[in-house]
Amino acid sequence: MGPLVPDVVGPELNYIAALIIGIFFGVILEQAGFSTSKKLVGLFYGYDFTVLRVFFTAGIVAMIGVIAFEHFGLLDISLTYINPTFLWSAIVGGLIMGLGFVIGGFCPGTSICAAAIGKIDAMIFVAGSFIGVFIFAEGYPIWEGLYKAESWGNVRVFELLGMQQTVFAFILTAIALSMFWMVSIIENKVNGIKKPVFRFTPYYVTLGIIGFALSVSAFVLTERKDHLQDLVSDKDFVNSYHLKSMSADELAYRLMKNDNRLQIIDFRLPVEFKKESLPGSISFTFDNLFEKEPGRILNIRHKINLFAAEDEFQERQLAIVANKLGFKNIVILEGGLNKFKEEILMFDKTLVASNKREEDTYRFRTKASSIIPVLIKENKSSEPVKKTQKRIIGGC
Amino acid sequence: MEEKKYMNPYLAGTLLGLLLLATIYITGRGLGASGAVKSFTVGIVETAAPEHAHNNTFYTEYAKEHEGSPLMNWLVFEVVGVLIGGFISGLISNRLNLKLEYGPRSKPNIRIAGALIGGLLFGFGAQLGRGCTSGSALSGMAVLSAGGLITMMAIFGGAYMFAYFFRKLWI
Repeated sequence: MGPLVPDVVGPELNYIAALIIGIFFGVILEQAGFSTSKKLVGLFYGYDFTVLRVFFTAGIVAMIGVIAFEHFGLLDISLTYINPTFLWSAIVGGLIMGLGFVIGGFCPGTSICAAAIGKIDAMIFVAGSFIGVFIFAEGYPIWEGLYKAESWGNVRVFELLGMQQTVFAFILTAIALSMFWMVSIIENKVNGIKKPVFRFTPYYVTLGIIGFALSVSAFVLTERKDHLQDLVSDKDFVNSYHLKSMSADELAYRLMKNDNRLQIIDFRLPVEFKKESLPGSISFTFDNLFEKEPGRILNIRHKINLFAAEDEFQERQLAIVANKLGFKNIVILEGGLNKFKEEILMFDKTLVASNKREEDTYRFRTKASSIIPVLIKENKSSEPVKKTQKRIIGGC
Repeated sequence: MEEKKYMNPYLAGTLLGLLLLATIYITGRGLGASGAVKSFTVGIVETAAPEHAHNNTFYTEYAKEHEGSPLMNWLVFEVVGVLIGGFISGLISNRLNLKLEYGPRSKPNIRIAGALIGGLLFGFGAQLGRGCTSGSALSGMAVLSAGGLITMMAIFGGAYMFAYFFRKLWI
């Protein structure tokens, strides 16, 4: 699961990756024509909308890619850098950048690319941007208040609008596609060309189809979490799904034998878990199943992951989700922790057995009901599973 | 030899989008540019006037967030790559030449002043807005960051707002 940094790609390799990514970035910018200020500002005067086309195509492709990667469990979005939102500095900073764009004719990335092919104006722009940063740094106390005002954290726009990610992605793609169409009309008018905006050549038709497929694909790629939650809301489906299970007696037996293959994944609320928990159990939440690091715990070889919750239905739901996510060796506790409590921890010693098998069982439970509470008490419950990996720091 | 034509914008956009996606998948972060300028500036000030850097909140906050030398920074490596990539592309397409570009009604001196002031404003604005067109607007759009999209709208909105007043520079 991505991001590959820091586990698969170490810090040194990451720098090499940065260099290679930068080379591709530079080639694409230059090939697209971003190395000339005349082409860049064309967008603001209506004679050349290349920047808008490249920018929004890239944004849409990457956005849908991120949604797809998240959907297929390839990317843990909780570790990915989401630009933090500081309302006022974003607006004021953006407006200043817009002003700099029309006066200078570049933005930082394009100026570096243009400087590389010898554009003198771009080199001056780069020098100017150094001075700009220097002024910001020197006068920092003056604008620090504005810089840090209205901090909303790593909020994502669809959350802010109370919308589903897919719906927002679809709308944004639709806006981009209609913008591409509109700017072609404007471009023709400004340049006095009477070229049809859309020609039915195989090239344009393919382009249109790809664009349309992209916008619709946003709907297909529902968030996996939502999809799975929907799936396990069907009672009959959950109850008829085949899952391996463990009885309360077997759990008690394994606890007393201190079986280290057993890994109890406790899905009760962390508060409950803190109060009292079985020896060797790990506190988990539904969300943990979708995350990179906690997910690794479930993949440890030769371990039996016993999903424990208050009742069996909840365990079944969680186990099905885990199964669908590709985790193996998942076992549920028959009757949930409620049954375990009733049959083992609070075993009614006055019960009278009616046959030999029951007698054995009862004798075992009597013994377990005196040993396991001690084990629980001794088990100064470990802290809930903590993510040691933090969100990657990115941005400029 | 003649300069080669530019790539189709939709093709270039798709490639850029895929590159951005790969960057997010590999490194967990997006592309950027202005951050490297910041790292260089911090590096220069820390070397030239360490005492001063020590007393300024901006530099101390930067040092707190970034361990080690300011030049050992992801974006610095990436921007060095952009320089190399831009050069290679210019070489292939016969676009390498020292040239000052300016609009038909503009003059070299005006262009130089414009580029300097524009760069200054962009550098300043990118600090305030926590990223430029690449780091905040484009990468922010890819992960649907609210702040990134707000910055993007402000950049393009602002540019359209001010474009009329500077039309003589370009058309």
